[in-house]
Amino acid sequence: MSDQTINVPTVAELQAKGESPEILFWVGCAGSFDDRYKRVTVAFTKILHHLGVNYAVLGPEESCTGDPARRAGNEFLFQMQAMSNIQLLDIYNIKKIVTACPHCFNTIKNEYPDLGGNYEVVHHTTFLQGMLNEGKLKITGGDYKGQKITYHDSCYLGRANGVYEAPRELLQSLDADLVEMKRCKTKGLCCGAGGGQMFKDAEKGDKEINIDRTEEAIGTGAKVIASACPFCMTMMSDGVKNKEKETEMQVKDIAEIIEESMGQ
Amino acid sequence: MTLISQIIFVIVLAVPTYLIVKRIRQIRANILRGKALDRNDNSSQRWKTMLLIAFGQKKMFKKPIPAFLHLLIYVGFLVINLEVLEFVIDGLLGTHRVFAPYLGSFYNVAMNFFEFLALGVLVSCVIFLIRRNVVKVPRFTMPEMKGWPAMDGNLILIIEITLMMAILKMNAADQVLQAREVAGYHETGKLWISSALVPIMEMFDTSLLILTERGAWWFHIVGIMAFALYVTYSKHLHIFLAFPNTYYSNLNPKGKINNMDAVTTEVKSMLGMPVEAPAASPDEIGRFGAKDATDLSWKSLMESYTCTECGRCTSECPANLTGKTLSPRKIMMDTRDRIEEIGKGEGTEKSLLGDYITKEEINACTSCNACTEACPINIDPLGIILEMKRYVAMEESGSPASWNAMFANIETNFAPWKFAPSDRFNWADDLKNDKK
Repeated sequence: MSDQTINVPTVAELQAKGESPEILFWVGCAGSFDDRYKRVTVAFTKILHHLGVNYAVLGPEESCTGDPARRAGNEFLFQMQAMSNIQLLDIYNIKKIVTACPHCFNTIKNEYPDLGGNYEVVHHTTFLQGMLNEGKLKITGGDYKGQKITYHDSCYLGRANGVYEAPRELLQSLDADLVEMKRCKTKGLCCGAGGGQMFKDAEKGDKEINIDRTEEAIGTGAKVIASACPFCMTMMSDGVKNKEKETEMQVKDIAEIIEESMGQ
Repeated sequence: MTLISQIIFVIVLAVPTYLIVKRIRQIRANILRGKALDRNDNSSQRWKTMLLIAFGQKKMFKKPIPAFLHLLIYVGFLVINLEVLEFVIDGLLGTHRVFAPYLGSFYNVAMNFFEFLALGVLVSCVIFLIRRNVVKVPRFTMPEMKGWPAMDGNLILIIEITLMMAILKMNAADQVLQAREVAGYHETGKLWISSALVPIMEMFDTSLLILTERGAWWFHIVGIMAFALYVTYSKHLHIFLAFPNTYYSNLNPKGKINNMDAVTTEVKSMLGMPVEAPAASPDEIGRFGAKDATDLSWKSLMESYTCTECGRCTSECPANLTGKTLSPRKIMMDTRDRIEEIGKGEGTEKSLLGDYITKEEINACTSCNACTEACPINIDPLGIILEMKRYVAMEESGSPASWNAMFANIETNFAPWKFAPSDRFNWADDLKNDKK
C-alpha cells in the first residue's frame, strides 16, 4: 500500500472547519483498544482513504454502544450509553454510519431507534460489497488467489441481521477457494463470545465453544479463517493458538484481506 | 338399542368437550397471567408468517426426513378429521356411513384416500417411536427428557398408532360384512389397504364381526375424544397453538432486544431530558426483568404451552453442545411447569428463577439466536433468558463478578475494558507514523 501518512479526520475537526462527513466510521471499543483488532481498524481506514471516501471518526468522543451491558441484563447502563451516544451523533448531525463491529452495527441500527436515534447503519462488509459492485473497489486477487479460505459467520451479522452474502461475495472476488464449514450461514456456530460472554469466563462445561468451532474450521483444510467481528476474531485466534495451528492457519478480518488485495 | 347408543354417544362427545373447554379456559387464563406486549401490528406480515411457518411447515424442512414423516401425520390429522365428521353424524343419528349413499363412487375414493393417510400416519409414528427408543436420537434423550416428557412423547405416538389401527380394522370388518350382505352395511367399494386384513376377518362369524366393527368404531371415537383431552395436558398442544404462536411471532430482526420503556423514563429524567407522561401507571411496572413466570410476557407463556419438546433448539445451542447446563428447551418446559403450578395456586414460595432455572443456565447463553432460528414454530427461549438476566442485574445486582466489572468499566471508561478514554484514538497514531 501507499507510504503516505494518513491523517484520520475526526468529526470535531471537520465541524470546526464547518464541514461534516458523509459517513461516520464507528470504530467500536475493540477496534480502538484491542491490539489485534486495531490492525483491522487501520486496514479499513486505509481502504476508506484509498477509495477517497468522505468519512470521519469520533475519536476520543466515541463511547461504548452499551451492547454488552444490555445483553448482560443491565438495561440502565445500556440506555445511559445509548442516550449520550445519540445526543452526540445528533449534535454532529450524523446520518450514515459504517462500523467493523457487528455488535455496534446491530445495536445502533436496531436498538437506537427506540431511543430516538435514527441512522443509516452498514457493516463494513456490506459497505465494501457496495463499493465492489459500484466498481470503485478493485481487487487484484493478490496472495489469496486459489487459496482455501473459510468464513466464520458472526451471529450478530448473520442470524441477527441476515447479512450472509456480503462477506462471501468479497471473498469470492479474490478468486479464493471459499470452503464452507458444515455449520454455516443460518446454522453457523457461535464463537462463544456473544451476549456479554466476551467479558466473563464460560460456565462449567466439557469444552470451550471456540475450540469446537476452531476444530470445525481446521477440518475444512483452509489456510485462512475469515471473520468480520472483533469478538469472533479473538475467539478464533485463541482457538487456533490452543490447537497449535498458528503456523498453518491465520485468522483475518475481511477488511484486512481486502486491503491486502486492493488494486493500486 | 339405537336410542341407547345415541345417548351414550352424546355423553361420549359432551363430557370430554366440557373438560376440554374447561382446560382451554385454564390455559388461556394462565397465558394471560403474563405481562402485556403488543403484537397486533403488521397483520399481513403476521398472516404470511403463520401460513408459511405453521401451515406450510417451512422451518421443519431443514431436516427433510423427519419433516416428511411429520407432514404425513399432519395431513393425516387434518384430513382424517373429515371422516370423524361422518362418525359424529352417524353417532348422533344412529346411522352407519351416512355419506356413502350420497357420495357414490367418490365415497370409495375418499375412504381409500383416508386409509392411505392412516397408513402413512401409522408408519410415521412407528418410525418416530424407533427414533426415540431404539435409535435414540440424541435430542430425545437429554436430561430434561427423562421421565414424564419421554413417556408423554411415546404415549402420543402409541395413541395415534392405535387410533389408525382401529380405522383399518373397522374398514376390514365392514368389507366382510358388506360381502355377507348384512343389513345396514352399505357398499363402499374395495378399500385397498384394509383389504389386507380381510382374510383374517373372514375367519370370524358375522356376529363377532359386527362386534369387531362396532368395537373399533367406538374405540376410535372415544379414543379421539380422550386424545383431544389428553393433548391439552401434554406437550402436543402445538397442533393448535402453532398457529397463534407463529401469528404473534417476533417480526423484528433477531438481534434486536426490546426496549424497557420504564427504564427509558428513569434514564431520561436522570439526564435532565424531557419526559413524556408515562402511558401506563407506575404500579404496572412491578419489577425489572423476570424472576417468576408471571413477570414474562403473555407471548413467552404462550410459547411455553406451544413447545412440543422436539429439542431442535437445544441441539443447536453452542452452550449445550459444549456441556453447559443451559438447554433452551428446558427453559420452555420449566416456564410451562411453573405457570401451571401458579395457575393451580401451588408453590407460592417458589419462583421460576432459582427453583426451576438456575443462574448458571442463563449465564451460559451467548445470545447467538441459534435456538430461535432452529425452532420450527418461532419460539423464543432467548427472550426468557434475557428477562432473567435483567432481573439478576437490576434487581439483585447479582450478575457474575466479571460482568459487574465490565459494567463498572463502561460507566467509568466508556468501554467494557479498563482503558483510559483518552487512549481511544491512539490507533490512528500508527497511521500518522505509517508503521504498517
